[in-house]
Amino acid sequence: MANMQKEKVKMKELDPSYRARCFEEVACGYTEEEAILEAQRCLNCKNRPCVSGCPVGVKIPDFIKKVADGDFEGAYNVITSTNALPAVCGRVCPQESQCEGKCVRAIKGESVAIGRLERFCADYHMQHSNTVSDIPSLMDNAPHIAIIGSGPSGLSCAGALVDKGYRVTIYEAFHVAGGVLEYGIPEFRLPKSIVKKEIETLKRKGVKIELNSVVGRIITVDELFEQGYSAVFIGSGAGLPSFLGIPGESACGVYSANEYLTRVNLMRAYKDEYDTPIIKAKNIAVVGGGNVAMDAARCAMRLGADNVYVIYRRSEEEMPARREEIHHAKEEGITFRLLTNPSKILSDENGFVCGVECDVMSLGDPDASGRRRPEPTGEKTVIDIDAIIIAVGTTPNPLIRTTTPGLETNRKGCIVVGEDGVSTSKAGVYAGGDAVTGAATVILAMGAGKNAAEAIDEYLKKN
Amino acid sequence: MFEIKKKYPLNKDTDYMAVYAPSIATKARPGQFVIIRANETAERIPLTIADYNVEEGTVSVIFQKVGRSTKIIGELNEGDCILDFVGPLGTPSEFDGMNKVAVIGGGLGCAIAYPQAKFLNANGVYVDIIAGFRSKELVILENEMSTACKDLYIMTDDGSYGEKGLVTQKLRELIESGSEYDAVIAIGPVVMMKFVSALTKEYGIKTIVSMNPIMIDGTGMCGGCRVTVDGKIKFACIDGPDFDGHKVDFDELIRRNKMYAQYEREADCNLMKKLPDNK
Repeated sequence: MANMQKEKVKMKELDPSYRARCFEEVACGYTEEEAILEAQRCLNCKNRPCVSGCPVGVKIPDFIKKVADGDFEGAYNVITSTNALPAVCGRVCPQESQCEGKCVRAIKGESVAIGRLERFCADYHMQHSNTVSDIPSLMDNAPHIAIIGSGPSGLSCAGALVDKGYRVTIYEAFHVAGGVLEYGIPEFRLPKSIVKKEIETLKRKGVKIELNSVVGRIITVDELFEQGYSAVFIGSGAGLPSFLGIPGESACGVYSANEYLTRVNLMRAYKDEYDTPIIKAKNIAVVGGGNVAMDAARCAMRLGADNVYVIYRRSEEEMPARREEIHHAKEEGITFRLLTNPSKILSDENGFVCGVECDVMSLGDPDASGRRRPEPTGEKTVIDIDAIIIAVGTTPNPLIRTTTPGLETNRKGCIVVGEDGVSTSKAGVYAGGDAVTGAATVILAMGAGKNAAEAIDEYLKKN
Repeated sequence: MFEIKKKYPLNKDTDYMAVYAPSIATKARPGQFVIIRANETAERIPLTIADYNVEEGTVSVIFQKVGRSTKIIGELNEGDCILDFVGPLGTPSEFDGMNKVAVIGGGLGCAIAYPQAKFLNANGVYVDIIAGFRSKELVILENEMSTACKDLYIMTDDGSYGEKGLVTQKLRELIESGSEYDAVIAIGPVVMMKFVSALTKEYGIKTIVSMNPIMIDGTGMCGGCRVTVDGKIKFACIDGPDFDGHKVDFDELIRRNKMYAQYEREADCNLMKKLPDNK
């Protein structure tokens, strides 16, 4: 008999006043009892709308059934048959607009907590299982595939390819694998030990990772083929930060969200034993309304700020960030300055940020994005700050584009792909994730990586 | 891990170090740089490639032990390893159309000016080098530089070696006396590059400067290394590090390079922690 409670089983979270000053994971995860109880809310519908909402096609009702039966390891195996990074996805996927958004239970009440259950299974496996996941065997004369970037799309592509029996080598520019999972998403949302374990699993399966290797500099895409690779997947992400283009943006204390988050996450500026310097601002602003802005704001609070302002030019309704992130940020004491648009960054006589002058906005008619267009009211306001983080988006890095003749890109620098969504203008070269779409989500990138693995498999079988 | 094959001091603050990194050595070109992370808790710092040797598989850097990170690297010896060594990064220098060039190095900048002069000299370009130092004890690479040019002029601030005066004085003197340079390459302290660029602008001589901003990744990701060139934001790590000296906003870069200076002085800063006792 299904559990007909209208609400999800609550997941314990750290107290806001405590967590806002440390980097411990905010969401604590389900206990076994809670997981079983929540799993029992699934109606196991025949038409499985949730699965259609998942970019990597996780067999959701099947794994949830196993959780309900207490077979957690079995549930984990169901998930990993289509998803290479369950512990990551369970934490950072926007489930409300994907699987959970399609859940029948959401019609009357809350959807089944699919994300929390996925996380539970992955965490359970990491804590309990000593069994090495099945090591796929190499096919005869296995072709060697090069993957550029060890972020979500690259890892997912690599996982799917080794499962098929290919030899796979990932080239990563940084000294740690994981891409945005390492440098972007903070520890308190996605512990780095979890990312590391997921990557270890892939390495055990045979994926090789070459760190400190910037493709386009140390080796080009054409040279990869010369070295004997049969196909290349480009999953280099969208790492180039955009700025506002307003006066004062070169002052000391103006960070791109990428720089701020990289200093904090990848370079561990929040830990005493690390050398990474960062401006520990007492009053700091973050410009933007997406998940990256929320991450940056919450990091700034944890680094000891008295006041953290999120400055966004539209209203809360138009904010692209997940509701859950906005909610968490508010709980942690972050101040939202909505309908506010920076026009000038003010600095002191030494060139350090001391304030930001903003236009007060109001909402007009809807624009091309369907959201109401913000328009200046003519009124100005000044916010006193000692640092400011610009989180208004990123575009793909030009390095691969400028060093790969024959690789078509669009006006925004994104790699152009064919109808299958992953093949590029260059034979044997596939691409996916933010390098193709511009900044999007972890799970969409993973979906693309997985599709590319299928396309590469097909291509190599034909040739 | 990347083994240090050779390491010796050039003067009391400055070390030369050759690191075994054969694939970088094969690819390196003048003007490019590497990012070094000495150990797990160290920063990532950019250092311009001073030399590379394909046969020996080494890439050399020359650095001044001024901050915590360079002091940590300074404590390492031949046979020790560097944890991370990434490169070659940045756009290689472009020397097209240069026939007669004045290469100007200021202090440690000579470490980068020298390979550029060497490359040009080896490619049949007429090269003069003007190298400026604060005083005699700080002079580096004199022999190397003298073999990479037609004439080498050494200048010291206090007159303790070579001629007394600034590199700009010598450059003006040479231009005025009829040396028809078609380009000037200036590498050194930002202030020096600023004044060299101001001088060459008077004479309309194309001037290339090499920027040395604070950066983390070196691949265009953080935007920390941004410099304003011709009114536009450029990233030194991918658009540079070489830029047209007549278009760079030097004053802005001088300010930005001091971003963490106060943190280096404050006792609670990560950068001020006691250096580890070297084993």
